[in-house]
Amino acid sequence: MPWVTYQHRDGTSDKVDVPVGTSIMRAALANNVPGIVGECGGELMCATCHVYVLTPRGLDPGLSEDEDEMLDFAACPRRPESRLSCQIRMRDELDGLIVETPEAQN
Amino acid sequence: MARTLGARYDVVIVGAGKAGVQTASSLRDEGFTGEILLIGDEASAPYDRPPLSKSFLSGQESLDDITLHGQGFYESRRITLSTGTSAVGLDRAAGNLLLDDGQAIGYGRLVLATGARARPLPLSGSELGRVVGLRTAADATFLRKALATAGRVVVVGGGFIGLEVAAVAARTYRCEVVVVEALPRLMSRSALGPSASGALRNVESLGARVLTGTAIAAVHGSDGRDADGVTTANGDFIPADLVICGVGVLPNTELAEAAGLAAANGVLVDDTLRTADPRVWAVGDCTAFPSADGAGIVRLESLQNATDQGRHVARALATGTAEPYCALPWFWSDQGDLRFQSVGLTDGHDRTVVLGDPGSGSFSVLAFREGRLLGGDSVNAANDHRALRRLLATGRERWEAAVTPEACAAPGFVLRDVARRLAEPRAAAPRSI
Repeated sequence: MPWVTYQHRDGTSDKVDVPVGTSIMRAALANNVPGIVGECGGELMCATCHVYVLTPRGLDPGLSEDEDEMLDFAACPRRPESRLSCQIRMRDELDGLIVETPEAQN
Repeated sequence: MARTLGARYDVVIVGAGKAGVQTASSLRDEGFTGEILLIGDEASAPYDRPPLSKSFLSGQESLDDITLHGQGFYESRRITLSTGTSAVGLDRAAGNLLLDDGQAIGYGRLVLATGARARPLPLSGSELGRVVGLRTAADATFLRKALATAGRVVVVGGGFIGLEVAAVAARTYRCEVVVVEALPRLMSRSALGPSASGALRNVESLGARVLTGTAIAAVHGSDGRDADGVTTANGDFIPADLVICGVGVLPNTELAEAAGLAAANGVLVDDTLRTADPRVWAVGDCTAFPSADGAGIVRLESLQNATDQGRHVARALATGTAEPYCALPWFWSDQGDLRFQSVGLTDGHDRTVVLGDPGSGSFSVLAFREGRLLGGDSVNAANDHRALRRLLATGRERWEAAVTPEACAAPGFVLRDVARRLAEPRAAAPRSI
């Protein structure tokens, strides 16, 4: 099963196996990973699952218009590598994905 | 029943939907160290309800996918979660909650997060088999199986739930769908007129037939066991293998009322979300509260309301200081490819302004009263929705002069540009937790 690493600001990290098709947000919640809230359940109505994608650069598919709009609601500064983790669904090519969780989500 | 004395908790939360879970979780975020009991009457671990009529119903997501938190979450936050447990009585004088297993649980503070239940069809034949509502994971699991084999489906009610289910039934399960709505238009409670027209065009484009202004007289079942159609008030018979009711919900107020707490379409609370009993609070779908923006006593059924109210009461309980609740309401509905988003409470508006071209399928509708912006709907227009949320979360003095009905109706008006110029950099979300 592909895995993802959630790196936290305090230097700790969580490495989680994520079934193909499951979002990085859901995987975080299911595994009690701190730093990701996912308040709206992945419906693109909030920005509380904001992450910075460290690896790979230039994740495909890119931002949809809805995600782009909602990212402006994020509690922490938006960066070029900002994504909503509910919109990143695991697939085999993303094995080893590394995301950084921001300091705050609300 | 003889009562045995159970444990005592500092906070007992009745209801493990989003509002209850948020209350429990936010208590810990706020640094509350007392004992917390969270009880829910459903068998499954707490889950997200919105997908039940969307991605869960269509089969894209499983119950595991929509479970709110994984194993370990409740333990790690020292939240005692008891699923499959109902509260059957409340003794406020003694400070006890009575459970269906005979225990009396002592509480320091009680939070009612009892939610709502699907309103039953008040019609002859509604007790027949294959007449179903949609509120719980169990309902949705049943409905998912039933849709897989149903050919003809009648959806009673053209609100959010009815239209979301109709879209999934038509598109994913290739059913022949008829939506029957008693009122003259769709989504009359939750959307402005042009948005409802957009939703009508959308659901028809998915192949559903829509009958507005059409009341159902009875559900018919020739074998006396399962429904096989409905009869409308004007005598037409519409055949159906499955009758799905989306005619709203009833708030679960019985526990509060039996304990002498006031209820009127919801458990009545003050502007801090506390009932007349200083030890008892209410959050989420079951709660009737005074709206901060002058819309009177309202009861909102939404994830936003459940989350923000849960967080609000948690903060009040953890800090001991109750502030007025004033979060900005927002809603959404996914109907096939149509994405409806709204913000604010627009009842009582006297003017609307449409932004964009409804014919294009992407537009917004702003609602005003006496020139004052109340809120608005967006149909496949996330940029407008976000702009509206940003504006309405910002002090009116900063932008009101630029967002009059006349200004919005003028050629070249772009809501996003106004929000970028005049709103706070980001929506003033509830204080960081």
